[in-house]
Amino acid sequence: MSLDERYRFENFVVGAANKLAVAAANAVAHAPGAAYNPLFIYSGSGLGKTHLLIATGQLAHQVMPELTIYYATLDEFVEQLHGAIAAGRSDAFRQHFDTIDMLLLDDVQFLAGHRETQSEMLRLFNALQRTGRQIVLTSDRAPAEISDLDERLITRFSGGLIVDIGPPDYETRVAILRRKCEERGAEFEQGVVEEVARLGFSNVRELQGALNRLVACATLGQQRVTRGNVRALLGERLDASKTLTPAVSGAVGDEFSSFLHELADAVGDTIAPWRARLGEAITEWQQLGYRVDRLERALEHTDDPGVAELLAAFERDVDRLRRLSAEAASLDGAVVDGDLLRDPDRVDEAEALVARVVTGAGPLPAPRPELSHAAFEAGPSNQLAVHASGEVVEEPGRKYNPLYVHGPAGVGKTHLLHAIGGELVNASGGAMRVACLGAHQFVDELIAALQEGAIERWRARYRDVDALLLDDVQQCAGTERAQEELFHLFNNLYADGKQIVVAGDRPPRALDGIDERLRSRFGGGLVVEIRPPDRELRARLFARALADGDAAADPELVEYLAARPATSVTELLATVSRLRQAATISDAAITPAFARAELEGTTLAAAPTLARGAVGIDAFFLDREKVVWEWPDLSGLASEELR
Amino acid sequence: MWAAVLRHPQPDPAVSLVNYATREITCKIVYYGPGRSGKTTNLHYIYQRVPDARRGNMVSLATQTDRTLFFDFLPLDLGSISGFTTRLQLYTVPGQVYYHTTRKLVLQGADGVVFVADSQARQLEENIESMQDLHANLAEQGVDVRGIPLVIQYNKRDLPSDLILDVAELDDALNFREVPSFAADALHGTGVFETLRGISEFVLKRLSANAPATEVAAR
Repeated sequence: MSLDERYRFENFVVGAANKLAVAAANAVAHAPGAAYNPLFIYSGSGLGKTHLLIATGQLAHQVMPELTIYYATLDEFVEQLHGAIAAGRSDAFRQHFDTIDMLLLDDVQFLAGHRETQSEMLRLFNALQRTGRQIVLTSDRAPAEISDLDERLITRFSGGLIVDIGPPDYETRVAILRRKCEERGAEFEQGVVEEVARLGFSNVRELQGALNRLVACATLGQQRVTRGNVRALLGERLDASKTLTPAVSGAVGDEFSSFLHELADAVGDTIAPWRARLGEAITEWQQLGYRVDRLERALEHTDDPGVAELLAAFERDVDRLRRLSAEAASLDGAVVDGDLLRDPDRVDEAEALVARVVTGAGPLPAPRPELSHAAFEAGPSNQLAVHASGEVVEEPGRKYNPLYVHGPAGVGKTHLLHAIGGELVNASGGAMRVACLGAHQFVDELIAALQEGAIERWRARYRDVDALLLDDVQQCAGTERAQEELFHLFNNLYADGKQIVVAGDRPPRALDGIDERLRSRFGGGLVVEIRPPDRELRARLFARALADGDAAADPELVEYLAARPATSVTELLATVSRLRQAATISDAAITPAFARAELEGTTLAAAPTLARGAVGIDAFFLDREKVVWEWPDLSGLASEELR
Repeated sequence: MWAAVLRHPQPDPAVSLVNYATREITCKIVYYGPGRSGKTTNLHYIYQRVPDARRGNMVSLATQTDRTLFFDFLPLDLGSISGFTTRLQLYTVPGQVYYHTTRKLVLQGADGVVFVADSQARQLEENIESMQDLHANLAEQGVDVRGIPLVIQYNKRDLPSDLILDVAELDDALNFREVPSFAADALHGTGVFETLRGISEFVLKRLSANAPATEVAAR
């Protein structure tokens, strides 16, 4: 992919006419395939379609560097297709598109009449959409208006979001011209840029052409460019009837509008340049809904209060408010509707408010303290996993990211995940935001969020974590949206250098029902296996489980038990629980003989057997990993159900 | 009822030409001149050419014979220019001699005056009297006639040439201060907006040339 780096969101001037298109493109860049697919942008020539299209690709690549992005104009696409067909390599051409994650196609209106290309496009479209890959298209007209376009393509083009870009308004034209001047290092005296903006240029290319002409005049020293001679310098390019004024852009060419235009010059001469600049900024920010008290106070100064610095500081504060709004919007839309996030003079209060909202959004699923690092026994069968987890705790997000732990049920994967989570929290002094949860919970929360219409909040909650520890990932198999969300969450966290630890019952490659894009990502860091506990580990686990306070377990008993085969830690702990139960019922100590009798059935007494039956010893219920020991207060939930 | 209406559009002496706090520029322009010279016609023409959204209700108190009894008032909202909400308040005075008090009242606080003269030769005397009346009223209000923006409109230029005086003759009689003058036919619109533009620019230029911002704001 080679995208023109000049086209970025940062240098795209946003105004009322393109606001929606920019927002949609931005959303697509951050979540390809999830937000609007396809995104269809259309507008007249020279209004920024290509800029926006390429900027989308640039930003998506910035957010997810691993994305393969394909950009071409329709002409180039057709040329490549024809070339491939001529060379007998049409299959290779198609296969090439199997490797891309985002298709950016410019000027699709030229599909009109190309029947064969339309068929190929339809096939490509289906292939990309089926696998959730993003498509962004631009055109000079809406899909339905592209003549001779296959009905199926019209339907597909219209299936995501269609947005148009209108001609820039006066304020946007001024902003564009100022931006272009900055880019070119051109400086004009006060009022020149505004004068150009008042002329009837309805698209950005014409505006830029006009500016280029003025720059050329100024550079060549032919003539000093002033507000008064702008029209003369651009004379042959102008159509007087197209002249616009800020106040009556619709009523052109009549007496009143030309009167207004002339008067605007007189007002411009009356108002000191710094006041005019401040006044325009005030109008602009007010239109965007921000409070401008600070700027209005500055207007009352007798001399220039340092407008450039003042406006820069104001803009910085507005940027902070925008970031806070975005953060708050994902949690509580009502906060965004309030005045506080629109008042640059109260940024500190806004920050405090958003912090309260974030705090109130509910705690993340935290690592369980009882599954601590200290309580985790290491042995040859899990030492690689333990070592890797130590490295993860030491350098989260940097050394092994993601860390994928796999092994059969009950070997301690869950414990290890929680232990890593606990250590991360402890090592950061509680500062790290660690989410530790099972895939089942992940899916349940997502469904609940979808039901409540709180998907943004749910996303924001997890995208804000410093470490994500996801257990039993195989349980995501067969889900669609959950995998999609996990994919984007993964990409976001990974791109931000946040640690990801995933546990599953099999290696990533063997995760049936999980998207390849996820499997490949899981396997992209370090994959470690935890095997069933070996004898050494079994001995340690028995010794720990049978220790009674400070009194160490009987070595002979430990030796006997460790020698018995066990496929998991869970099974091993169940054995200890069973012995403890039996010993309690028999009122006897757990000795090697007792254990042998109990486990091998040599001296089973009737009463204990009945008692065991009565209490129903089931290994599952004796497993601290699998049983919920601390129930949350359910009274609220119960009353909710009753209502 | 007239008294009530009179109070509503009455000029507010506290209104500033440029109010930096509210980012407003408000110019009060008074169309002055003898009775039947075409002052109200000027305002009507402007009213008809201004988009609905830009104009307020024109208040016009006229007798049954279409003579202005008290005055006309036409507020124009020109929108945001250089970040300043710009408004023009256009007034006419009743030209008839016996409405002297109303003329003085309307003239109060004017930022600029358009003197609408009737180009007919037989109206020359009325024109001169009205100009003298203007000077006297301004002087009474402590306004130096040489300082206030003033333009002259020679109206009714569409009448047969044997009925009207040349612009040069009218200038000789009325424009001894050599202020900008405009030939007009207010009934058909010729010169109406040129006159309005002339006085508006004059008012704004005077402001920028002579009045420091603070003084203007505090006026």
